[in-house]
Amino acid sequence: MTESIPLQETIAVKADHLYKAFGRRPHEIVKKLKAGKSRAEISSHGVAAVIDASFEVKKGEIFVVMGLSGSGKSTLIRMLNGLWDTTSGTVSVGGTDITDVSAKELRDVRRKSISMVFQHFALLPHRTVIDNVAYGLEIQGMGRTERLAKARTIIDLVGLAGWADNLPSELSGGMQQRVGLGRALAADTDVLLMDEAFSALDPLIRREMQEQLIELQAALGKTIIFITHDLNEAMFLGDRIAVMRDGRIVQIGTPEEILTDPANDYVAQFVQDVDRARVLTAASVMEPVRAVITKTAGPRAALRTMRDLQTSVTFVLNRDRSFAGIVRDRDVLKLVKRGETDLRAIIRDDATAVLPETVLVDLVEPSVESELPIAVVDEKNRLLGVIPRVTLLAAIGNVTTNTGPLPVVMPPATISVSQIAEILGDTALEGVEA
Amino acid sequence: MNEFRIPVGSWVEVLFDFVTEHFSFFFDFVRLAFAGAFETVDYLLVSPPFYVIIGLAGLLAVAARGWKFLAGTVVGLLLIVGMNQWENAMDTLALVLVASVIAIAMSIPLGILAAKSKAASSVIRPVLDFLQTMPAFVFLIPALLFFRVGEVPGIVATIIFAMAPGVRLTELGIRGVDPEIVEAGSAFGASPGRILRQIQLPLALPTIMAGINQVIMLSLSMVVIAGMVGAGALGAEIMTSLSRIDIVLGSEAGLAVVILAIFLDRVTAALGTGKTPISRFIALRKSRAPASASVETAAPVEPELVRL
Ligand SMILES: Nc1ncnc2c1ncn2[C@@H]1O[C@H](COP(=O)(O)OP(=O)(O)OP(=O)(O)O)[C@@H](O)[C@H]1O
Ligand SMILES: [Mg+2]
Repeated sequence: MTESIPLQETIAVKADHLYKAFGRRPHEIVKKLKAGKSRAEISSHGVAAVIDASFEVKKGEIFVVMGLSGSGKSTLIRMLNGLWDTTSGTVSVGGTDITDVSAKELRDVRRKSISMVFQHFALLPHRTVIDNVAYGLEIQGMGRTERLAKARTIIDLVGLAGWADNLPSELSGGMQQRVGLGRALAADTDVLLMDEAFSALDPLIRREMQEQLIELQAALGKTIIFITHDLNEAMFLGDRIAVMRDGRIVQIGTPEEILTDPANDYVAQFVQDVDRARVLTAASVMEPVRAVITKTAGPRAALRTMRDLQTSVTFVLNRDRSFAGIVRDRDVLKLVKRGETDLRAIIRDDATAVLPETVLVDLVEPSVESELPIAVVDEKNRLLGVIPRVTLLAAIGNVTTNTGPLPVVMPPATISVSQIAEILGDTALEGVEA
Repeated sequence: MNEFRIPVGSWVEVLFDFVTEHFSFFFDFVRLAFAGAFETVDYLLVSPPFYVIIGLAGLLAVAARGWKFLAGTVVGLLLIVGMNQWENAMDTLALVLVASVIAIAMSIPLGILAAKSKAASSVIRPVLDFLQTMPAFVFLIPALLFFRVGEVPGIVATIIFAMAPGVRLTELGIRGVDPEIVEAGSAFGASPGRILRQIQLPLALPTIMAGINQVIMLSLSMVVIAGMVGAGALGAEIMTSLSRIDIVLGSEAGLAVVILAIFLDRVTAALGTGKTPISRFIALRKSRAPASASVETAAPVEPELVRL
C-alpha cells in the first residue's frame, strides 16, 4: 500500500467510489449515504449492498475480497463486469469505463477482457465438457474446429484430459469447477472474476484447487479477483485482500498487513483464528539482534556483551556485516583463560538462518531442534533479526503483537556475572560493542 | 328495481358489430387460411387407407415409447375402425393438429415475451386467467359471429381456449432456468437472443413440452365441443347422440375421442422427457466411436493438473 502510484497500463481493474443500493429509489439511498447516513439509518428505504468501494487491481495480481455473508461481495463483483449496474461510481476494465458504454460495447468488454467463474459452476448442462470450455470462444465468433482445438489444450491444462465428451452431470464437483475454470481460461481474457469459486467443494479438493489456481496464475499471469468468505483461503491466495463489512471495504492490504496491523477491531476479530503460521513471515515477527559482535572484536568483548545481556550466546558478524555464526559463553571463557584472542576458532554454525519471507510454519522444526534463536538473514547473508522460540510461539498463538520486547529472548547465561567479572578483571567497563 | 341494469351484453354486441364491419377483410383472410390448412391436413389423413395411417401412428408410437405402446396404439386405432368412426376420428385429429399447431406457434412467443418482460407478464397473466375461467362454450359465440358456421370457428375457439397453458408453462420454464447459468451467458458476452436460444429455451424445454402436451389435450376437448358450431367430426356425432339420447352412437364416438386422447398424450409426454427410444438409439450410435476411448479414463479419479 505504500508503493508509488502505478502507471496507468499496469492497472487491470479500477473501482471508483462504487455504490449499489436495492430498493424503490436507489439513488435517494445513495444520496443519503453520501450525506453521511449510516447503513442502518437508510434500512427503511432499502438495502445498501455496496457503499463507497474504491480500489485498483494491478495486472497479474490476485486480489481477494473477503467478508461475511451479506457483506456485499457478490454485488461488488457483479458490478465489475457490468452484470449489475452501479447505482453510483465507475468501474474501468483495462482502461474502458464500463459504467458508461452501450450494451453492445459492454458485451465486447466481457468477451475480450473479463470472464467469470461461478460458485455453483453454472455450466451449460446440455453441453459436453469441451463445448462448455469452448463456450466463450464460440461467443467470440471463433470457428468450430479452431475453438475445439483450443478448448482441448485448456482441458489438458486444467487436468480433465479424457473427459472432453462427457456431460457436466457425469463429473464430480471438483471436476465441474475445473470445467468452469477452463471455460474462463479458454476465453483468454486478462481478468478472471471468481465468486466463491471453491466454496462448494470439500476441503481437500478445495486446497488442491487453490494450489492449482496459484500455479496457473503464475504460468498465465492472469489478473484474478477472487471472492471468499474463508479467511484462510483469502490469506493463502491473496496478494492483497480487501475486507468487507456491511457493504464497506474496511481494509485493503497484504495478508500480513491485515494480520499484523488490522485497521479496526472488526478486522482484528475476523483474523484472530486464521492459521497465522502459514501467513506470517519471519520478517514480521523477528526481533532486533542485541547480542551481536563482530568477529574481530575478540573474546573479551563477546564475554562482556553476554554478561550485560545475561545470555549464553552471542551472534557473530563478519567484517562486511554478514552473518558468521554464534559463540557460546563457555567456549569464550576457555579462550580468555588460555589467553587467546582469535574468536574464529570457536565460532559455531549451528544456528539456523532463514530468509525474511519464510513463513512461520517452516520455522517450527528448527526451533524445536535447537534452543538457539533463528537468525533471519537477507539474500546477502546480512543479519536482519532473530526469532527466539518464545517469539515464535507468541506470534503463532497471537499472544502479543511484535511491539514490546519479550522477557526472555536468548538462552539464559550459564556462567554467573561475578565469574565473568573476575575473569575480565574490570566490572566497570562500558561501551559494549554492538 | 328492474329498471336498473348495466347493459354489458349490449355494449359487447356493439363492439362486435363494429369489428365485423370494419375488419371483415381480416376475418375473411383467417377463414380462408384456416379452412385451407384444415382441408389439407384432413385430406392427408383421410385419403390414404386406414392401415397406412395406423402404420404411421405405430411407427411414431414405437419411436416415442416402445413396443408395448405400439401394441396399444394399433389395437385402439383398429377399434375405432371397427366402430366405423375412422373418418370422423381423422377429421377430429385434423382439427386438433391444425388448432394446436397454431396455438403453440402463438403461445410460445407470448410465453417468452412474458418471461422477458415484467410489464408484458402483468398484462398477459390476467388475460390468461380470463381465458381459462371463461366457460368453453362462450368462446363459440364470437367465433360464430366472426367466422360463420363450419370448421373455422371451431378451430378459432379451440386455439383461444387451448393457448393458456402453452403461454404459462413457457414463461414458467424460462423463468425457472438457473439464474447463475443465464448470468454465465451474459458474463461471457452472449447477446440476449443467443442466451434465449442456447440456454433458456433448451433448459426450459421439458416445461415447454409439458405445456405443449396440455395445449393438445385441451384442443381435443374443445374440438369436441366445437361440434356444436358445425365443426363436424366426432364432436358432431356426440352432439347428435346428445340430442337423440343415442347411447350407442354416444359411447362409440366418446370411446374414439378417448383413444385419440391417450395416443396424443402419451406421445407428446414422451417427447417432453427427451428419453425416447429413438433418442437413446441416436445417442448410442453417436457415442460408438469415443465410447472405447473413454473406458480407460472412466475411473472417477481427480486428475492431476498438468503444469505448463
Ligand atoms: N437483488 C437484490 N435485491 C435486494 N437486496 C439484495 C439483492 N441482492 C443482494 N441484496 C442484498 O445485498 C446485500 C449484499 O448481498 P451480497 O449477495 O452481495 O452479499 P455476499 O457478501 O455475496 O454474501 P454471501 O456470502 O451470502 O454470498 C445483502 O444484504 C443482500 O440481502
Ligand atoms: Mg455472494
